[in-house]
Amino acid sequence: MKQNFLRFLAVIVVFGLLLTACKPAATEVPVVPPTEVAPIVPTEPAPVAPTEVAPVPPTEVAVATTPNCGTDPVVLKATFETGFDIPFKLAEEFTKQFPNVTWDISQDQFANLITSTPLVLASDNAPDLLRLPTMVSFAKDGLLMNLDNYAKVFGWDQWPVPQLNQNRIDADGVRGSGTLYAMGLNYSLTGVFYNKKLAAQIGMTDAPKTIAEFESLLAAAKTAGLQPIMMWGSAKSGMGLAFPLQQLMAAYGPVGPINEWIFGKAGATIDTPTNLIAAQHLEQWIKAGYFPTDINAIEYTDAAARFGKGEGVFTFNGDWQNAGYDKDLPGNVGFFLMPPAEAGGGYAAMSAPLTFGIAAKAKHADCAAFFLNWVASNDTARGIDVAIGGSNPGGPAGATMPAVTAGSVTNETLAAGPVMGADGGAMDFIANATSSIFAQGWTPELQKMVGGQQDAAGLLKSVQAEYERELAQ
Amino acid sequence: MTFDYQPAFTSASRKPRTSKRAHREAFVGWLYVLPALLMYAVFVLVPFLLTIIYSFHRWNGVGPMTWVGLKNYITVFQVPDLMGTIFHAFWLVVWFSFIPVGLGLVVASVINHVATGRFGEIARTVLFLPYVIALVAAGIIWGWLFSLSGLVNQFLSIIGLGSITRAWLGDFNWALSAVGIIGIWVLLGFCTVLLSTAISKVDPSLYEAARIDGSNWIREFFEITIPLLKQEIGVCLTVTVIFALATFDIVYVATAGGPGNATSVPGLQIYILAFAQRNIGLASALAVMLMILVVVIIIPIQRLNKETY
Repeated sequence: MKQNFLRFLAVIVVFGLLLTACKPAATEVPVVPPTEVAPIVPTEPAPVAPTEVAPVPPTEVAVATTPNCGTDPVVLKATFETGFDIPFKLAEEFTKQFPNVTWDISQDQFANLITSTPLVLASDNAPDLLRLPTMVSFAKDGLLMNLDNYAKVFGWDQWPVPQLNQNRIDADGVRGSGTLYAMGLNYSLTGVFYNKKLAAQIGMTDAPKTIAEFESLLAAAKTAGLQPIMMWGSAKSGMGLAFPLQQLMAAYGPVGPINEWIFGKAGATIDTPTNLIAAQHLEQWIKAGYFPTDINAIEYTDAAARFGKGEGVFTFNGDWQNAGYDKDLPGNVGFFLMPPAEAGGGYAAMSAPLTFGIAAKAKHADCAAFFLNWVASNDTARGIDVAIGGSNPGGPAGATMPAVTAGSVTNETLAAGPVMGADGGAMDFIANATSSIFAQGWTPELQKMVGGQQDAAGLLKSVQAEYERELAQ
Repeated sequence: MTFDYQPAFTSASRKPRTSKRAHREAFVGWLYVLPALLMYAVFVLVPFLLTIIYSFHRWNGVGPMTWVGLKNYITVFQVPDLMGTIFHAFWLVVWFSFIPVGLGLVVASVINHVATGRFGEIARTVLFLPYVIALVAAGIIWGWLFSLSGLVNQFLSIIGLGSITRAWLGDFNWALSAVGIIGIWVLLGFCTVLLSTAISKVDPSLYEAARIDGSNWIREFFEITIPLLKQEIGVCLTVTVIFALATFDIVYVATAGGPGNATSVPGLQIYILAFAQRNIGLASALAVMLMILVVVIIIPIQRLNKETY
């Protein structure tokens, strides 16, 4: 009996080893080197959100030679993010305009996309078009299609530079330049939203012009017995204080080094003297009671709901929340970009693309690329982009900016885009530097700062150590 | 007939070569077991072996896999946060195991004494319900209950303890214990049902005899119930200790490891390492160490359990 059992165990071990050998593309995935690096030609410092009317949509330029969806029936396989209606509505409209194209859409939560995307991309049934939760490792593993040729053919490389930069990855795996691996369906903008009634109550007539002015408003709100800033901080949503922290960093220091750190440039550090000043300000805000006392237990949706019910004069967030704010507090929510440290300084903000890529194994890559181009250049698509998502649709300089309901906060965020763009203040989010710097670095360390267990200097040192540890892996 | 058959069967099993029939029976036996064995092999043994293999490699789940020897195991000891999570798991053993088993014994004994019949069934069902409720829903409900304006704080304010109210799941000192309370809520029903079933099998004449001798409920509990339920208590302890040490879902839905890393547990770290950082090797090494830890703790409980019989 014992012998039988041993024999059986041996079979199982061999079976296991065989399966190991069969695991999905573990050792044999060819790493596709970025072939053609498109030169970035900074034509004009055009704002990301141009408002003038475009004379000709780019899709009409040399249609015969550009990739398209043809006339035969095509089923585009796509993976979208649950909870974000934009791609679904765009897909619907695309089929209306190009009836030969239908969709096979699967969807999942963002957190699940992080875990499932590499496997989906490596499978033989990879999607043509997919929402990318992160990019660098997928590109390094050769799982994403190089979009440089599409960029040339469709003229994307002539678009205002900041749009495409965040989706470029160089040969060392550093984002910001190099091969194009993704496109944005739109370009979100972050800043400070405020409750107009409560802001008037504390004497705010115009948006603050400096950090000092903003801090005096926060102090006034505290004195008036109001909640100065509503934010979230639970680990379940990720720590929202990373928003004001990064805005303070960009107010006290240049944007360039922050982006270099996010993009993983060699030798980049977040532990700089100006970032320390920013972190010290945040620490003072925490100690002054400008954030809710229970912030470490507040989730994103709770914070948005509480702000919508009038709790909080200000909140740091992005324009993806516009529709929610307009619904909860119609006509009563305003927006301004985080002011610079000194009057007359440049404005900066996190402005990230809603990133979509094409799988290296995509069966209808041309059609997927055509769709991405259509989203940015078709007036109806751009209208959907703004109406549903509240964010700037990007696209070529001079493309039509869709009309927005008067009194909507979307008007204010769209107007703020060009201001930030003109100052060259677009940043990616410090939470996106590595795949788990938010979960393992910013969130726990900022939570400790709220709990009085971490100071400004320690925060930056700890996060930098975690960053280096993750990059070294 | 039976008497004649038995020796024949025994001798056949002792000398398998002499009996083709025994061979055939064994073969048929294996065929019956095969489907279950296949499932067990595919879903338990293979992942188990693969985890061990991965733990000696550096691999992101997709790209090339590189042999790194014991490096991942050394890293587990070097990163303080990873070791810290194991201490959190031990603290959760108190909440997920000792309290539910202790409380379960008392509740089961009380139900058996005072609430027999339909009321007892209802009580058992109500207590067992949390065990079958999806933990994601439970996490959301407990998030509300433990929030600053939640029911727990409202109750504390009513009884004059307003000064200690706080966002329990966001408090560095209390978050882990608050997660522990969710664990009690989930596991108390399981322990109660298992133990009350065992109590109902205890010969009632033992209790009657004790009562005739003048013992009260407490004496019966310690002198009869606990000694006779040692095996079931052992099962409860084994299941709940494993649940505590390898917990992931309760922590993930309640706090996701926060605030800071105050509620981070090995299961959560394994998940983050494997799926967020895509460091399958290190995640596997931590998983293997967690498994060894569980086995090291469970074996004495099992041995203790056997010694009593």
